[in-house]
Amino acid sequence: MAVFLTFLNHIRDIKDPEHPYSLEELKVITEDAIEVDDKQSYVRVTFTPTVEHCSMATVIGLCVRVKLMRSLPSRYKVDIRVAPGTHASEAAVNKQLNDKERVAAALENPNLVDMVDECLAPTYG
Amino acid sequence: MELKELQKLEGHKDSVLSLSWNPVTGVGQVPPVFSSCSDDETVRIWQLNPSTRSWDCKAVLEEVHNGPVHSCAWAANGTGLAAACYACIVIWDREGGGYSHSATICAEDEYEVNSACWSTSGYFFASCGGDEVCLWVGTLGNDFEDLEELEGHSKDVRMVQWHPTLDVLFSCSSDSTVKVWWAETEEDSWTCVQTLDESSNGHSSTVWAFSFNAEGDKMVTCSDDLTLKIWQADIKRMQSGHGYAPWNHICTLSGYHDRPIFSVHWSREGIIASGAADGAIRLFVESKDGLMTGPSYQLLLKKDKAHDKDVNSVQWIPGEKRLLASASDDGTIKIWELTEST
Repeated sequence: MAVFLTFLNHIRDIKDPEHPYSLEELKVITEDAIEVDDKQSYVRVTFTPTVEHCSMATVIGLCVRVKLMRSLPSRYKVDIRVAPGTHASEAAVNKQLNDKERVAAALENPNLVDMVDECLAPTYG
Repeated sequence: MELKELQKLEGHKDSVLSLSWNPVTGVGQVPPVFSSCSDDETVRIWQLNPSTRSWDCKAVLEEVHNGPVHSCAWAANGTGLAAACYACIVIWDREGGGYSHSATICAEDEYEVNSACWSTSGYFFASCGGDEVCLWVGTLGNDFEDLEELEGHSKDVRMVQWHPTLDVLFSCSSDSTVKVWWAETEEDSWTCVQTLDESSNGHSSTVWAFSFNAEGDKMVTCSDDLTLKIWQADIKRMQSGHGYAPWNHICTLSGYHDRPIFSVHWSREGIIASGAADGAIRLFVESKDGLMTGPSYQLLLKKDKAHDKDVNSVQWIPGEKRLLASASDDGTIKIWELTEST
């Protein structure tokens, strides 16, 4: 129990890219969002975008990945996905969020990095 | 059989993305040499010291690459090394045991060049980045002459590689396909003569890499869709000038990997090695149990936790020895020997 609360604490205060509320406040991330297999060093985060055509889904997913990358021991494998049935381009978004080359490419984009840092600011300290 | 770790090579300061064995080394008295390239913007050259039996870093090629080096590939004569980085390919010359920066070829656009290599004939050079494949006429020592931009892929092209004996070019992409490019005569333009997609029993997600067997009549592809696929073509027919010989799917290996497979390499002996995002290396061989009609393949062994992070590249040493090099996001390279279990 304690293990997955730790994970949740890393990401519950991430600010939504478009609204001045946290992902938890908007119910984008809930307590059910995290599945952890500590022995296999594996964690899966499932989030629910606020609307089906949410254009910020990949940004939210990237914020969650960056925060976990910075907060977890490097042995953890992180999978991030939208809750099944909650996004019109579910397969494409999931692929974008878990393809390591695409994540690397996104993090080379300074505008995107600024956006991510702004969303992560409330989670530190 | 087991995969025994001979040595762990440290030195790169970030993920090691790719490896390439120098094809004219490791024969007779010439000690084997390979290159590695990394997110740390360098290429490192490693060589076996025959007296200490240890692999030493002989050179660090740096300062000229303007970003992470995604792949490094030797020319068939072993003197040229092509390093693919941001918007360009850096060519190094190996002479007298030293390395000099020979040329920088600019890519068509501002994209990461994912892969670049010479054909075995040495006459052609190809690179890929963004969704395009670029073809050059380029023999070492001459200026590379821009030949064609080959369009067709709809997403990032991850790798280009030439057929081991014919001037036929292959590319694989995030668009889940493998494309084959060829020009029948010198006067013809290069075109895509075949696309291996889902309708030809191809992959359903990004194809990260592929490799040919020694004879050049079979190819193995690896993908984000967690499978390896084996393909076959009547290469002898093509070699005797009877036109293009298409590739046909003959086998899919599924259920062996649970995370994306980034690299695959076919040894001269016929052993297929795969490197995946779970840090494991797996070896496959053709099974000769005679139960299936047509070739089938089986898992020879799985080396769990070969690396602490994603395995980005696996490459068998050219020649008879059963040595395998692997490179990982954990910043290390490991040399393995396939031996009988003790």
